[in-house]
Amino acid sequence: MSVSQIIIFPILLPLASAIAMLFFRRSVMVQRIISLLTSFLLLTAAGVLLSAVISEGVLTLQVGGWAAPFGITLAADLLSAVMVAVSALIGLTTVIYSFAVIDSERERFFYYPLFQMLMMGINGAFLTGDVFNLYVWFEVMLISSFVLLVLGGTPVQLEGAIKYVTINLLSSSVFLAASGILYGIAGTLNMAELARITPDLAQKELLAVVSVLFMITFGIKAAVFPLFFWLPASYHTPPVAVAAIFAGLLTKVGVYALIRFFTTVFSHEAVFINEVLLVGSALTMLSGVLGAVAQYDLRKLLSFHIVSQIGYMIFGLAVHSPLAIAGALIYIVHNIIAKTNLFYISGIIERICSTCDLKKTGGVYARYPVIGILFLIPALGLAGIPPLSGFWAKFVVIKAGFEAGEYVVTGIAVLVSLLTLFSMMKIWNEAFWKDMPRKDYAAGENSYDSMGIGQRVLLFSPVVALALLTVLLGVFFEPVFRLAESAALQLLDTEAYIVPILGGKE
Amino acid sequence: MYSIILATASKYLLLLLQMFSLFLLFRGHNEPGGGFVGGLVAASAYALYFIANGISEAEKLLKIDPFYLIATGLMIAVSSILPSLLVGLDVMKAIWIDTGIPFLGKAGTPLVFDIGVYFLVLGITLKIMFSLAEEDRQ
Repeated sequence: MSVSQIIIFPILLPLASAIAMLFFRRSVMVQRIISLLTSFLLLTAAGVLLSAVISEGVLTLQVGGWAAPFGITLAADLLSAVMVAVSALIGLTTVIYSFAVIDSERERFFYYPLFQMLMMGINGAFLTGDVFNLYVWFEVMLISSFVLLVLGGTPVQLEGAIKYVTINLLSSSVFLAASGILYGIAGTLNMAELARITPDLAQKELLAVVSVLFMITFGIKAAVFPLFFWLPASYHTPPVAVAAIFAGLLTKVGVYALIRFFTTVFSHEAVFINEVLLVGSALTMLSGVLGAVAQYDLRKLLSFHIVSQIGYMIFGLAVHSPLAIAGALIYIVHNIIAKTNLFYISGIIERICSTCDLKKTGGVYARYPVIGILFLIPALGLAGIPPLSGFWAKFVVIKAGFEAGEYVVTGIAVLVSLLTLFSMMKIWNEAFWKDMPRKDYAAGENSYDSMGIGQRVLLFSPVVALALLTVLLGVFFEPVFRLAESAALQLLDTEAYIVPILGGKE
Repeated sequence: MYSIILATASKYLLLLLQMFSLFLLFRGHNEPGGGFVGGLVAASAYALYFIANGISEAEKLLKIDPFYLIATGLMIAVSSILPSLLVGLDVMKAIWIDTGIPFLGKAGTPLVFDIGVYFLVLGITLKIMFSLAEEDRQ
């Protein structure tokens, strides 16, 4: 078995396990065991993939043995490998968290197989080296996410799902149209070949249109201003475990696609796109955080924060220096971990106070001080307090912004950082610090107090693990930065991506 | 409406159509045919039987929940990847063996994939059909 075969495992493992679980549809316990096992294997495979990519450079796999521009290419560079590793980690923690919070009705209706299909779609999107294939993986991911979003069928879920499905269908059709036009111009959809031939193509105007279409479609998926409104309208409706994986991973797939397209594939078009993205990123940061400050629903507040944080990543991409892209990568990793964790904790708060309305919550710190501390780590991390991971992520992005002379947008980034801190403190004040307004905590079947010790272990181990990672990423920042820097250099050197797939230039 | 002619004919047609669906399945890949159309023909055989004899008879005949046909089909289709993975070729590269059997000829991993698709299509079509009939029954 050659080393590059490891690329297929992040796609194959979730698929195989989802199918295996179908045979055990009556036994939720067996499904849980398979999910857990798969998630561990997936994390291992992702770890092996990452270390192989670090030691050997870009790995490629030609599916079916059909040579590069004609067949389907899977390729893993450092960016892909890091994304797969982080999403595998989030997949594992969310599976464990799901054991504690997902109700048995949803579990019986294929929650775990759907979850694995979602992971397959995400991993496929990270690993593919073909534009149309990327479209297919987006669809796999979206269809799983549609079902996960409506699973349970409460009215509020359906309302959120209508917005989510409509906008995503729109974005998919733009994606498909753009792919069609691109194929018409270039005669290929292999990313490496596109990267090689597009600079010499005659139809510059059409190419510019296509790149804008791709920017729009990935902008919708990544929730960039002004295309983000679907996100806060839908992410607070599904169960918290589903919301957590959506918040952590789905928008980042859009960001990944933006980075992949406007560094590797359309590197020469990037100048114009970057100007648009720069303005877009500033408005994304600002509108997201202002939306968050105004919210009193905990999960809506966190949803607006996703938007705001996306702005920083896009900012890094738009500045386009090696340092800025390294910063964007660090930001993605940091944000996936911290944001998912905040959603986990919002689920715990909801269990304690039986509501997500910050006006009706309170007193959590007095009753459960440990939860307060666990909240503070990702919250302060998100706001960018040293030595947590968010500080470094912001520091690198902002430093790159100043170096590039983008003072206005960088200034906005600093301001948004303060507002982020403000809104995190708002959650702290309203949910943890002030007295409980009603004096009665949730009781009954779904409340926190009724959970057994085993369930609490399942509930807290993901939170503790991710909080620990937020601290560790900050404290041992140097290796993280070096990895991100080499990933960024690899992205900006398109030949590093093209040669392993297509071979050297004739 | 129960028609004795159709009910009697459907029993024989069921067998014939199933043989035809298998013929289509094995004929596929290089000639028109394959798992998808084979599965559809097999499902239409059951559809005919169900129209003639009613849903409970059709379910009794099938014996197995179509859901498990779907799962089995998926499992078989995915397992067609395994040989290429174990031999160490590029993933999903087709491996062909000349069986020497006149009807079958060359068999390989694409055939395994096609058989998976056959069961998958059969299962999904039957599942949809039975679900619609279920509404009718209530």
